[in-house]
Amino acid sequence: MVTGLLPLFVALPLGIGFILPLLEKAKRDWNWLGDLLATLGTLALLILSLLLLVAGEGVYWIGKWSPQSIIGIALVADGLTKILLIIINLVSFLAILFSVEYMKRYTSKPLYYSLFLIMVAGMNGVVLSGDLFNLYVFLEVSAIASYALVAFGCESEELEASFKYLILGSLASTFILFGVAILYNLTGTLNMAQVGEALAAQVARTGHLSRAALLATAFFLMGFGLKAAMMPFHAWLPDAHPSAPAPVSAMLSGVVIKALGIYALCRVLFSVLGVSMSLQPEPVPEMGYVAHVLMALGVVSMVVGALLMIGQWDLKRLLAYSSISQLGYVVLALGVGAEMAQKGAPDIASLAIFGGLFHLFNHAIFKSLLFLCSGAIEYGTGTRQLREMGGLGEKMPVTGGCCRIAALSISGVPPFSGFWSKLFIILAVMRAGHYLLGATAVLVAFMTLLAYIKVQRYVLHGKLPARLRNLKEVPVLMCLPMIALAVFCSLIWLVLPALQSGFFRPGVEVMMRGLQYAQMVLR
Amino acid sequence: MPREMMPYLLAMVLLVVGVYAIVVKKNIIKIIIGVICTEYAVNLFLILVGYRQRGIPPIQTADMDPTQFAQGAVDPLPQALIVTSIVIGLGLVALMVAIAVRLYEKYGTFDISEIRRLKG
Repeated sequence: MVTGLLPLFVALPLGIGFILPLLEKAKRDWNWLGDLLATLGTLALLILSLLLLVAGEGVYWIGKWSPQSIIGIALVADGLTKILLIIINLVSFLAILFSVEYMKRYTSKPLYYSLFLIMVAGMNGVVLSGDLFNLYVFLEVSAIASYALVAFGCESEELEASFKYLILGSLASTFILFGVAILYNLTGTLNMAQVGEALAAQVARTGHLSRAALLATAFFLMGFGLKAAMMPFHAWLPDAHPSAPAPVSAMLSGVVIKALGIYALCRVLFSVLGVSMSLQPEPVPEMGYVAHVLMALGVVSMVVGALLMIGQWDLKRLLAYSSISQLGYVVLALGVGAEMAQKGAPDIASLAIFGGLFHLFNHAIFKSLLFLCSGAIEYGTGTRQLREMGGLGEKMPVTGGCCRIAALSISGVPPFSGFWSKLFIILAVMRAGHYLLGATAVLVAFMTLLAYIKVQRYVLHGKLPARLRNLKEVPVLMCLPMIALAVFCSLIWLVLPALQSGFFRPGVEVMMRGLQYAQMVLR
Repeated sequence: MPREMMPYLLAMVLLVVGVYAIVVKKNIIKIIIGVICTEYAVNLFLILVGYRQRGIPPIQTADMDPTQFAQGAVDPLPQALIVTSIVIGLGLVALMVAIAVRLYEKYGTFDISEIRRLKG
């Protein structure tokens, strides 16, 4: 029964998103209908994804095509998908709650909700897709909606940022389509499970990955790496994330770069190409290269993101560079996990992959909380520059408290959530024998702490500027999402063991046993 | 280099020309044309993936034997992928041109080296 609900994740937000522009023609009094529809839609998606969590793994073949044909499209919900679905729908629900009040200052709320819901539909489609080309189509749907959302304010800086994001993003999508075309040429099918099986058979026969598959991997690394804002491809992020409206920044930094970038990279590298499989009698050298490239990308993103973050004076730009740095942690952990799985050390590998996925989850929570707080600060004070703020801790207690919790969490201060995930990542990297990389990770954690002490000092402490004397707290509907996310950050250590065994372990299993994905789908 | 490889090489050359236009050119419209050029390169590559020498179009008429058709026809699946890709490219280019028009209204120029207020 539950697999029949899988298309709803895409159909419901798309349907509401297509109805909402009709409200654009009505007067402003009807805006409440748009708010209600969007809120109820994302709440329904959140409840559906929680329901899916307790159900088993499922495959839904659209149109009742069967696994035996090569042209069926499948929606697949396995452990990794469920983690991402919860992250996407939770953050989108809270961001829509926040935008009910925040977007009153922009031009057109129904069009905003429509674009937002199309972005959510695209992301749900990406994580549910079991087919390479379907992944590409939903990735484009979500990306185009996000290009338009970044330019939503239509000021000069926002248009410039959106244009840069557009050009780089479309180049990345073109490279992804190239990779899909090469894999189709090699294997004759687009279904990810069948492609994985065909590539594994070829590797088992010849003992190494063919050059064409390696070229496809390079194309995918560039394309998905740009969507995930890894270091050589990060240039769009520090312009796009500050320019977007605050709830859209929370979504972009909190979920979009994860669903479109890191999830898609994981799915293609681990389930299709089988990077984490250790093949007897001897490991395939090309898979080792891919794991090392992932680790290198991760380390470079971590270090350069942290270095560039410290000198920023624009609050949202600082948070954007911080996203690059934290996602570097995730990619480093995944690379170490893949390398250890190939060398036949599955316990270190699963610790590394668990650390990576847990940090992904935590980062979605506290980074979106930080962006929502920055939106609340901008709503109250009208500025994003750190030098023009000060002493907001007394005037805006809820925003200040949530900002402090999020800053402590991202810096890795116990017992908040960031500490645990960074601990697992550093432990796994050290146990894998990469002492220099582990020391770098600790150093970057210190630099992150430094940058967020700067944020707290300029935002919460210090003297209140004269023009902000009449500052009030932001409305209730904006406080509720921030409080909910802050509660997650602070109390997650209580449920951590249950979370690891029930929620994260299926996802880790999926990535460790990469090619057994094929058996689940094609059964 | 065998003659059969030339179309594939030329598709890659087209991709590189598109990337060159995106990276080097200063006019926004030329950058947009570079993006369109890369999209054409991918579509051409997809057609070549499905190509079969001396193949017939993948339309089965009433008098054709199914196995003979399957052995002689060009692969129709990449053609469906290309149609989707062209439509996605259309949407992207429409958005790019709309943003370029708005950028001209705000900045007064199409020169990308002057549209650089976001720094650091």
